[in-house]
Amino acid sequence: MAYVPLADQEVELHHPHSWVTKYVWSQDHKVIAIQYGGTAIAVGLVALVLSLFMRMQLGFPETFDLIDPNSYYQSVTMHGMIMVIYLLTALFLGGFGNYLIPLMCGARDMVFPFMNMLSYWVYLVSVIILLASFFVSGGPTGAGWTLYPPQTSMAGTPGHDMGIVLMLVSLAVFIVAFTMGGLNYVVTVLQYRCRGLTMMRLPLAVWGIFVATVLGLFAFPALLVAAIMMLFDTLIGTSFFMPAVIESGTALNYDGGSPILFQHLFWFFGHPEVYIVALPAFGLVSDVLSTHARKNIFGYRMMVWAIIVIGLLSFIVWAHHMYVSGMHPYFGFFFATTTLIIAVPTALKVYNWVLTLWEGDIRMNAPMYFAIGFIFTFIHGGLTGLFLGNVVIDLPLSDTYFVVAHFHMVMGVSPILVLFAALYHWFPKMSGRMYHEGMAKLHFWCTFLGTYAIYLPMHYLGIHGVPRRYYALGTTEFMAPATQDANTAITIAALFVGASQLLYFINMFWSLRYGEKSGPNPWGANSLEWQTPDTPPIHGNWGDTLPTVYRWAYDYSVPGAHEDFIPQNTPESEEPTVDEEHFDPDHDVSKADL
Amino acid sequence: MKSLKHLADKPWERKGIIGGLKPEGVFDTAAEKVALGFFLVVATVLFSLFTISYFIRMELPDWRPLAEPAQLWLNTGLLVLSSALFQLARNKVKRGEARNVLTLYLAGGIVAFLFIAGQLLVWGGLQEAGVYLTPNPAASFYYLLTGVHALHLLGGLWVWSKTSIRLLSGSEPKDVRLSIELCTLYWHFLLVVWLALFAILSNT
Repeated sequence: MAYVPLADQEVELHHPHSWVTKYVWSQDHKVIAIQYGGTAIAVGLVALVLSLFMRMQLGFPETFDLIDPNSYYQSVTMHGMIMVIYLLTALFLGGFGNYLIPLMCGARDMVFPFMNMLSYWVYLVSVIILLASFFVSGGPTGAGWTLYPPQTSMAGTPGHDMGIVLMLVSLAVFIVAFTMGGLNYVVTVLQYRCRGLTMMRLPLAVWGIFVATVLGLFAFPALLVAAIMMLFDTLIGTSFFMPAVIESGTALNYDGGSPILFQHLFWFFGHPEVYIVALPAFGLVSDVLSTHARKNIFGYRMMVWAIIVIGLLSFIVWAHHMYVSGMHPYFGFFFATTTLIIAVPTALKVYNWVLTLWEGDIRMNAPMYFAIGFIFTFIHGGLTGLFLGNVVIDLPLSDTYFVVAHFHMVMGVSPILVLFAALYHWFPKMSGRMYHEGMAKLHFWCTFLGTYAIYLPMHYLGIHGVPRRYYALGTTEFMAPATQDANTAITIAALFVGASQLLYFINMFWSLRYGEKSGPNPWGANSLEWQTPDTPPIHGNWGDTLPTVYRWAYDYSVPGAHEDFIPQNTPESEEPTVDEEHFDPDHDVSKADL
Repeated sequence: MKSLKHLADKPWERKGIIGGLKPEGVFDTAAEKVALGFFLVVATVLFSLFTISYFIRMELPDWRPLAEPAQLWLNTGLLVLSSALFQLARNKVKRGEARNVLTLYLAGGIVAFLFIAGQLLVWGGLQEAGVYLTPNPAASFYYLLTGVHALHLLGGLWVWSKTSIRLLSGSEPKDVRLSIELCTLYWHFLLVVWLALFAILSNT
């Protein structure tokens, strides 16, 4: 059958006819992206406030009466789940995926715009269900974001009745939303790239989002299976996961279930989830670094392969989250080995980012600050991952602040720094205006130094043996009195970082109205989204004719070219010829043969 | 594979248009088919994980094997028939014939409804025999697996009903050819899933 991609179809797009169809029930990928992004950031702020409640308690125990032990556990759980799934996954894939994929692929929209719209609204329903759990009797679940049975359903756990049910239903609904969106992203990248745009000419941002989406499609079913079976256990009384339990002297109606089975299912989803968040960050930061260093990304092919290899490996490392569950030593050995192997492609990416900066004509714009900050935090968080990947080192460090510091550095701070890099980098395209550079840099320093002030001491507390998940540490023999001082300092830093995020919001709202007009391509970037006829791009993106791509997205500082960038849609004939007199082949940065 | 070979491209070396006059997808087929392909992989992962959980849970001491009712053979026959009817409709529409396509397509969906009704009857029978969702985990899994499978089938029937309405309201079969092809593919997939589930349930 002859195949005609959307990019070339004569079919009318779903043009909006009213305010409601344009901004509410919109099928335009850019509006959906902003809806996704706005919702994700809003719910993320709830999670941020929850973390500040926890820090107030830990930093100043018995001073504030904000939360009791129950609401502490509820805050831990909701903070974790919201940040990982409802903020990071939704913002990277639903937000940036939606905005950038069609634009970077030179398409007019996603393949299935209606399904794309549905994906957002179903996501919103999942968020509402999740937030509704704050208002039911017993409150939200306090089982920890991993929701391990049997503790989720025990009377001692807050939210063990309605809270956990709403959490599981919300996750199932989220997975439905993600699957609808994910199929769209994957098929759009595979099938709807414009003429001349081969897969290996795609910007790394698209590669990162694409592979992360594939991971999501194959990993979320594990969470769905776990959620469905746990719902049965909770609501109907089956014993899929629930073992025989005695609660306050009374035997419950459960028998023989396997809590370890839940852990396997959860982490079979949970570990790829780390890369569902990390791979889009890898992709976006590559493009930001290359654009602002005015240099081609170092080792493009290696970067693509590394993304794919990391994606594949992420499915065979899950049990390194379960070393303390009592596994066979050979099993632990296998998972420690695969975990350490995954460091190879990851380290390769880090080297390539640094080498992209090497001898670049670096423009120290705010996105570049955040991107370079990410390299620091990611190396830091990645190296502590090597500690925890080893069984013998993990066992004593498990359930201490070291683990908290590790995962916050590697999948909290690092992706968030990339998110800010990306939000500042693409803000001029999304709004047509520039943000305030000084305020953005101030925002960077507050966030970067502030997060280090939070998480660096946590590593030491962890090595010292301070346990995580404790509402109050109290006084023990093994914890030095300085532990409490460190906790107080961390809390002050956390409050500072939390408050400094206001800078971002003030900057964005101020710039939307008063920012300088940015023009279509303020950074001199090559990828297609900067070449749209309108800024911000209007419905249909490309006016009458679709772009044709003649080159990859990284032709920066090509020797002899009039400008230091050549957009992807510049034909060879318009490419300036090399001025032989001034061309020194030894310094030809565009031909790094890797 | 063509797309795998592309992974070795050196995009910084080659300038100019690569490919023909039109944009080219990785797969030379309709986007809907690619999307369904991905969805089938997702559903395969889902059912595989349920199955793996089944085998792990089976090892624990409170498991009491279930005697599956013979009616399941009849239900399996219905699903095979449904799949076959879809295949016949698809063959006809692929050859460009319009005759009997509507009848075959409608019959395929109706037989699928009969399969679901048959599954419900088995559920009723089990309940009468005192086999409930709890406490036997084998029974819990039986209800869960057959239920999830039936839900997938209902999702397919929703698409089937939309296409049927278009056919009944006068659309030519060639206009809904893609829908018929996709439904057929999905039905075959669900048949294979059911055969696998049936084999596992009956033998454990």
